[in-house]
Amino acid sequence: MEQLIQQVASGLANGAIYACLALALVMIFVSTDHINFAQGELAMFSAYLVWQALAWGFNFWVALPVVALLSFLIGVSIERVILRPLHHAPVLSVVVVFIGLLAIFHSLAGAIWGHTIKAIPSPFPNFTFVGSGYIGPHQIGMIVVTVLLLVALFAFFRFTPLGLAMRAAAQNPASARLAGIRVDWMLALGWGLAAAIGAVAGSLVAPAVYLEPNMMASILLYGFAGALVGGISSPGGAVAGGFIVGVLENLIAYLGNLFEKITGVYIIGNGEKLTVALIIVITVLTLKPSGLFGRVSVKRV
Amino acid sequence: MATTTANGIADRERSRPALGRRYWLLGAVVLLALLPLLGGKTGLISNYGFLQLSLMIVYAIAVLGLILLTGFNGQISLGHGAFFAVGAYAAAVLIDQANWPYWATLPVAAMLCFVVGYLFGLPALRLEGHYLALATFALAVAVPQILKYRHFEWFTNGVQGINIFKPDPPFGVPLSADQWMYLVVLAVAVLMFWIARNLLDSRTGRALRAIRDHTMAASTMGINVAHYKTVVFGISALYTGVAGALHAIIFEFVAPDSFRFELSIAILVGAVVGGIASLPGAVIGGVFVQVIEKYADALTKKLTAAVNLPLDLEPWTIYGIALILLMYTMPMGIAGGLALLWRRLRGS
Repeated sequence: MEQLIQQVASGLANGAIYACLALALVMIFVSTDHINFAQGELAMFSAYLVWQALAWGFNFWVALPVVALLSFLIGVSIERVILRPLHHAPVLSVVVVFIGLLAIFHSLAGAIWGHTIKAIPSPFPNFTFVGSGYIGPHQIGMIVVTVLLLVALFAFFRFTPLGLAMRAAAQNPASARLAGIRVDWMLALGWGLAAAIGAVAGSLVAPAVYLEPNMMASILLYGFAGALVGGISSPGGAVAGGFIVGVLENLIAYLGNLFEKITGVYIIGNGEKLTVALIIVITVLTLKPSGLFGRVSVKRV
Repeated sequence: MATTTANGIADRERSRPALGRRYWLLGAVVLLALLPLLGGKTGLISNYGFLQLSLMIVYAIAVLGLILLTGFNGQISLGHGAFFAVGAYAAAVLIDQANWPYWATLPVAAMLCFVVGYLFGLPALRLEGHYLALATFALAVAVPQILKYRHFEWFTNGVQGINIFKPDPPFGVPLSADQWMYLVVLAVAVLMFWIARNLLDSRTGRALRAIRDHTMAASTMGINVAHYKTVVFGISALYTGVAGALHAIIFEFVAPDSFRFELSIAILVGAVVGGIASLPGAVIGGVFVQVIEKYADALTKKLTAAVNLPLDLEPWTIYGIALILLMYTMPMGIAGGLALLWRRLRGS
């Protein structure tokens, strides 16, 4: 039982990261209908920027906002410079450009910082509390920061004029343009926000998994799975999906271990985490593409 | 739908070549087939050189598989490395465990990959565009883990992979093993390109392109969309799988980590750089992938020395830049660009 709670708790902590990434993916999907395959590598790049700032002697909590801002600018300029000309391009061109971005950021991180594993120390104080046995301080910190981020985003979209304009631009670009909203810039802002959220996710997960250019591949896959489970057109759903997938990931491994202990037959364990994500992705896509909370898209014939 | 605008060009280009061009093609193949005599015996091309040539041809076959699916049927795949892996493992396991001769493993690898591709094509039927890209992306990322699965270990040998040995030429043919395998690979490639061309020129090929250009119109014309889409997924996987099997044989080694996401990207890069809806494009793509993989280091060293760049660029940087630049300048790849240039020069 204790182990089960432990697994769920660390699943929630991982889920926080998946939720961040899923949210970043959804932000871009809602406004442009693109699935950003480079999201994970962007987050990884931001995490390296944080590492660099730490190496220069800055405090983590100073470095993180600065890097998030920098990532925001990178995101905006990617949208303005690289993706702008592709607004009406066929899907294949867009996918190929995303893969190109993925390759560039991946290899740039390797070229600048090398392929040796680097560690980022956890920015959270090491304190003990009720339930310390179940969950570590860094995991609590990940969940808390994620929730704060989500609340801030929610407030931004719900209560500020700019947030309203961005929602309008995503929902109905033509009418939004008629109402005087600069839709193109709203898309770029969406990209910037997504990159900034990714930066937070990347630098929070780096202390848990170590920093290296490949660190994001599996995390991105779970981010995709989370976004799909929640519904890739729904920001709230994506967050819920991220947490669900995080818990599911750990539970499946836990149940696999339990099953092996009881019957002696190995079916599934930690080594199959990516396969589990693959199965989740394909199952959701084929059985319920709109996810749990997404809007069902209807094709006009 | 993915390539509608530019495909008018590609299709016209692909109609049966004039007699002159057919002789050129035949001449080129004969020349390539004589290379072991011309280059190998005179020492111009080393065994290592033949290995490189074979790898280029192997990648060309793999790229051809993706082109059939994406270029001619409009289904995007970011996960063709998976089928490459299935083919490679099929060949390696049969040679290692069952002592099969290498040539007999090729048809088995082909059939197996056709079945796997066909099965993956079934859920893919419900997915379009970005979603299909996402599903195949997930497949590509998960492949190494699936290959390491504990219950497969008794035949895949787990993380260690499988060592096999390059076959010697039969009947005492006076060629080195590399030269012989080069000829085998070349023969398989010629056969598979020939089949692909005939397939695309047939009723099936027209159906595939009709589905790509306008699925609904195609289905109104009585084309069984689901049938063609799944079958072409199988055929595409078959091509890439045969490439994988050949790769395993000439490389003498398979291991889960040779089939990471990078491989799927390399195949995609080949298809995009060569020309997504063009058979000659597959050849250009295959050569490009192998050349970049081999010479990116040397190239970037020269570059960094010339302009004093403070970092070592990697093959992936070149891949990424090539992908993005090509999308803006030549969306139909090098083959498409050359065809366009040729037509302009002819003034038609």
